Amino acid sequence: MTPRPLPEHPDFLWRDPEPRSSYDVVIVGAGGHGLATAYYLAENHGISNVAVLEKGWLAGGNMARNTTIIRSNYLRDESAAIYEHALKLWERLPEELDYDFLFSQRGVLNLAHTPQDVREGMRRVNANRLNGVDAEWLTPDQVAEVCPILNVSPCTRYPVLGGTFQPRAGIAKHDHVAWALARRADELGVDLIQGCEVTGFLKDGDRVVGVETDRGRIHAGRVGLAAAGHSSVLAERAGVRLPVQSHPLQALVSELHEPVHPTVVMSNHVHVYVSQAHKGELVMGAGVDSYNGYGQRGSFHVIERQMAAAVELFPVFARAHVLRTWGGIVDVTPDASPIIGRTPVEGLYVNCGWGTGGFKATPAAGWTFAHTLATGEPHPLNAPFALERFTTGALIDEHGAAAVAH
Amino acid sequence: MLLITCPWCGPRDETEYHYGGQAHVPHPETPADLTDEQWAAYVFYRDNPKGPFAERWMHGTGCRRWFNVLRDTATYEVLTTYRLDEPRPGGNR
Ligand SMILES: Cc1cc2nc3c(=O)[nH]c(=O)nc-3n(C[C@H](O)[C@H](O)[C@H](O)COP(=O)(O)OP(=O)(O)OC[C@H]3O[C@@H](n4cnc5c(N)ncnc54)[C@H](O)[C@@H]3O)c2cc1C
Ligand SMILES: [Zn+2]
Repeated sequence: MTPRPLPEHPDFLWRDPEPRSSYDVVIVGAGGHGLATAYYLAENHGISNVAVLEKGWLAGGNMARNTTIIRSNYLRDESAAIYEHALKLWERLPEELDYDFLFSQRGVLNLAHTPQDVREGMRRVNANRLNGVDAEWLTPDQVAEVCPILNVSPCTRYPVLGGTFQPRAGIAKHDHVAWALARRADELGVDLIQGCEVTGFLKDGDRVVGVETDRGRIHAGRVGLAAAGHSSVLAERAGVRLPVQSHPLQALVSELHEPVHPTVVMSNHVHVYVSQAHKGELVMGAGVDSYNGYGQRGSFHVIERQMAAAVELFPVFARAHVLRTWGGIVDVTPDASPIIGRTPVEGLYVNCGWGTGGFKATPAAGWTFAHTLATGEPHPLNAPFALERFTTGALIDEHGAAAVAH
Repeated sequence: MLLITCPWCGPRDETEYHYGGQAHVPHPETPADLTDEQWAAYVFYRDNPKGPFAERWMHGTGCRRWFNVLRDTATYEVLTTYRLDEPRPGGNR
């Protein structure tokens, strides 16, 4: 792995327009999902009379707080389809958006530490292959070949018994992804409006026809929520209850090191996931805090546990220093799968519940949500992820592949 | 780290406890009569407020008893703790 120079920070990527009084579509939340939705609304559906409203700054939410892991090795057919669609889009997006956001397909290893982990991992490899997703089962020796700094000795507390490997998986620079999407959406005519909080909804009978904001009322043909951790707080103001719970999730980085960590390593069992950023920081994520919270910070004892696991797995990390820690708020559903589709309120659509793992889905979330907003109907890829599944019981249980490793 | 006062043991670190989600969610009285929508609401839907939230915690490494905590999910302030058979202080359920 040779370090690559970071892309230049581009000067003016998007205009800074005043909100207009009305749009065909208003999207709430300028994270990756909101931006990708706006981009595909314009690019795929020719709908560019669109505003993306952001209460803070563009990509200041989970988009620039995540650990940037991209993979598609999910268990269920529905998940494999949507995450693999995302991965295929990732593979062509740098060229399409004319922006090198350092998408790096360095592979992702998911470690197994118990016999049950091994069975789950092998099952998922087989399921992945049946769904056309690249996946391999690796023995401990093969794991050590892929990532030589991993301790695969049988004498650790939770020995590595093997792992799944997806070679096409990897990482990308998340803030640059947002800027790349924002620049192109802006060029196509989308208004990106920062510092504009949605505080309520305009209704005509049972139908949502716009939003109230701290910068005035904005009318809209359709409204799409892409507000991640705050989706339920927002939906409630429109009279919609969502089956999500908001939890703090945190991550940290070390100071810079020479390239030592060639791939991405995740462990559900000991709850740590690690990659090395292009500049050289070790990027590590932890598990969610158990309780509900909106504080954008995580508990110290969660980090302590995660660091203990990291040092046991990667003895060379023992003397690395933590540079900074931070947290984001993730919206978690009962089956660890997202909700993308209509709500019981006409004119209001929701993209939420991506929990701890929605960065990797960014292009596909945008692609399918744009389709739903443009046509009023789900795309085949997001149809199974409708809100109705909690009533019909057709859950898409991804706790094994999704929660909480990314 | 949160400092939570167990009604029986007193103030202890958060790591002694186990989180149990929203408090005051009664089991349906006539389960056989519920529609699918009502079942879904009972099984999958919980409040998720940004502000005071009544929730259950269990003192796992202490007395091993469940109790309720009123906690602000925005400030993380523990407002009060109370036994399961007591109503939510200040009303509102
Ligand atoms: C520490 C951490 C690590 C993670 N690691 C990974 C990973 O490795 N791989 C992966 O796939 N996923 C990961 N995730 C999850 C991923 O970041 C999220 O699932 C994804 O970013 C959610 O979509 P989004 O980008 O649109 O959300 P966000 O970027 O959070 O966008 C939502 C936006 O809505 C805005 N908003 C909210 N309410 C309002 C309002 N009322 N009015 C206007 N705007 C509003 C917010 O300010 C925010 O900018 C991680 C998350 C965290 C916190
Ligand atoms: Zn006790």
